[in-house]
This record gives sequence, structure tokens and C-alpha cells, in this order.
Amino acid sequence: MKSLSEFVELFAEQLEETDASEITAATVFHDLEEWSSLIGLSIVAMVDEEFDVALKGDDLKNSVTIEDLYNKVVAKL
Amino acid sequence: MAFLDFKDVRIAGISAGVPNTISSNLHPTADDKISSDYSPEEYVKTTGVKERRTSDSLTTADLGYYAAEQLIADLGWDKNEIDALIFVSQSHDYILPATACILQDRLGLSKECYAFDGSIGCSGWVYGVSTAASLLGEGKMKKVLLICGDAKKRFRISGSLLRDPLFGSAGTATAIEYAEGEAGIQCHFGTDGSGFDAIITPDGGSRSPFNPHSLDFEDVDGKQMCRMETRMKGVDVFSFGITTAPKSVRKCAEHFGFDYLDADYFIFHQANMKMNNMIAKKLKLPEEKVPSCMYCFGNTSSASIPLTIVSELRGKCENGKQFICCGFGVGLSWGTIRFTSNNMIVSNLVEVDDSQADKKYVI
Repeated sequence: MKSLSEFVELFAEQLEETDASEITAATVFHDLEEWSSLIGLSIVAMVDEEFDVALKGDDLKNSVTIEDLYNKVVAKL
Repeated sequence: MAFLDFKDVRIAGISAGVPNTISSNLHPTADDKISSDYSPEEYVKTTGVKERRTSDSLTTADLGYYAAEQLIADLGWDKNEIDALIFVSQSHDYILPATACILQDRLGLSKECYAFDGSIGCSGWVYGVSTAASLLGEGKMKKVLLICGDAKKRFRISGSLLRDPLFGSAGTATAIEYAEGEAGIQCHFGTDGSGFDAIITPDGGSRSPFNPHSLDFEDVDGKQMCRMETRMKGVDVFSFGITTAPKSVRKCAEHFGFDYLDADYFIFHQANMKMNNMIAKKLKLPEEKVPSCMYCFGNTSSASIPLTIVSELRGKCENGKQFICCGFGVGLSWGTIRFTSNNMIVSNLVEVDDSQADKKYVI
């Protein structure tokens, strides 16, 4: 299973404008300037590919930090 | 285990009808709901839909009717020999009667005709083809016509309830016939009604009948919508599509013992570009085997698979080409069918003018 730090790295790869060094497990991702529903779809696609987990809209909505989202992915494994 | 194998049947022909009016997403009108988060250019880049066909008068039945007339003429079928007519859509002409009954008379088919409507969306064509195939056989029916698609909404107020620029109108016709010795059609189907609200029109059915509050706007994930409009949980649908469609193709291949990569063409329901690209990537399909028509026609619901064949493959797919077609969406519902073309007729795209809307079956 991928670790939290690997998840943070994969999350950062989905962003185009935000520097990866700014992204940490504690990042409140909804507050990122470039966050959009489209980036959300890229995150869902990444989680599907890397974890074989199907996220739902509510999983994104109810997560505050990237770590929160990681925990939701792990819970679905 | 929803696997089906129909021997001795073939898809004899496919046609598609669309309104002749083009609505461009690069030049949206006040009637088009384009989110203020995107410029028109960004919207087109993101969804893969540059334009689509629209009409405020043509229904799915109108488009399907003209597509069917073209196909019957191209096939040289005798209308009296058409044993069944299946109409699959979620935009029927009337709440009742069934649109298939009206189309039986409008097309001039025999009264000795089996006709009914199926109500299902993006998986509609694969469901329709399998239902048609199940009617065929020795001692059973010989020719079935499937009319399938979505067009003009049941409910729209110009200037208030806007058009979703992702969706276009189309009505298609598919001819399926008994043909001894044909390898036939192999299918896999699935359903997950726990996702019933992933795409839903809340009011207007018997569960929540139309009432004075059906027109009140409410906040749906930041959008103002009324309960007669179809709402979609975009992330849930995306997640469903990218996981379920590849799985269904793989299951069909495993069950029937073929290598899906040997197929010549993979026709997926045209949902949106991001979803379709992801599905093709997961199945490791080469781009040239995955035609798409969403750039010019948008998401046309259950018409999208036959419309893609008509608009993208006419002239190069009629003989000896193995097809894998997968529809998935509202329900949630999905299905994959595999067949090989054998002298399949693919008609020219039929463009229908607003003035050609039905006037006879109107009260």
C-alpha cells in the first residue's frame, strides 16, 4: 500500500499551477487557488489508477486536508 | 450473471438523425448554461464538446423516424416484414401512450407488430440491441427495428431553464435480423440502483409528482436548479464510468474467451472527453480504434454509440470488423456488446429541419 507521503506526491502531480513543494499532508486542498471540479476528477482518476478505489463526490467534499482524503481512500481498500 | 450470447443474428444496418441546427459552445447563447468558472474555449477543451445539434421542436421520435425511413430504404426492407419496433429513450413524445406505438403507425408498419418503449439512458442502445436479438430466431421473429436516442427535453422554459451544452440531440435506428450461421452478438450487462440519484430528474414522475413547487429553484452544489431539471453528481458519475466501463469490457472478454484487444473498433458511450480518454487508457486501447463524435455532437445519451458509427466509421466498418460497444450511465446501468459486421448498411447522416417535426400525432 502506498504511504501518505506517496499519496501527497501523487496529489501534487495532478496540479498544474501549484508548486509541489507547497503541497503537504496538511494542505487544505479546497482552498488552493487552482482547485476546481476538474482537478477533482483528476484526483478521482489518480486514486482509481493507483489504489483501485472509486471515490465519490462526498469523499472529496467531506475531506479538508489531503491526509483526510488519504484516510478515506485507505478505508475503502 | 448477466451474460448473453445470441447466435444467428446480425446487425443489418445503422442510421442516425440529428437536427440541422448547430449550437456552438464557442459562441454560447443566453439559452446555454456555461459555468462562469470557464471561458467557452476552456469549456470546449475540457469537455471535448465544440458543438452539438439542438432543436426546440424535434423530438427523439422525429429524429428516429427520419433515421428509420432512411435505413429501411437503404436496406430495401419491406415494411410489412418488420416484426417488432422497440423505442429506447428517456424523452418520449408523451407520458402515455408509448412512443413506439405512434412510430408503428407513422412508419407505416404492419399492425401485426410488437412495439414497446424502454426507458433507459446512456446504456440504452446496448440494452435495445440485446432485447431485439432475443426476439429473433428460428420460429421466432425475423426483423426488428430499434429506435434509440434522446433529444428535446420534456420540460424547458426558454431563458429560465437553460440548455446544458454538454448534451446534443440525436435519434438513431438500428436494424437487427435473424441470419442463420452468423456468429451473433455477445453481451454483458450490469446494474447498480444504489446510484439512482447520481443522475436524476426529481419531480414529474409518480414518486414526486409535478406540483407548484416543482418550478422553485434550489441550490444544488452551487447551481440554481428546479426539480424538473436533471441533476448530476459529476464526480460520482465520473468515478462510476472510469471503473465500470473497463470492467464490463474485460468481463465480456473473459466470459466469452476472446482477447478484447483483437477488436477493430471500441465504441463507448460518448460521456465527456476526460472520462472517455481515461476508459481507453485503462484498457490500453490505441487511439485509432476508439472513434469519437462528441466534438461535433456532444453527449447524445443512448444515441451516442450508433451515432459514432454513422458519423465516424461509415465506409470503413461494414464488413468483417469486430466491434466492442459499451454503454454506461444513468441508473446506474451499463452493458457491453460484441459483434462482427457482415455486409452492414451504415446510412448517411440524416439532417432534420425543425419544420419536419411531427404534426399528425398531436392533440
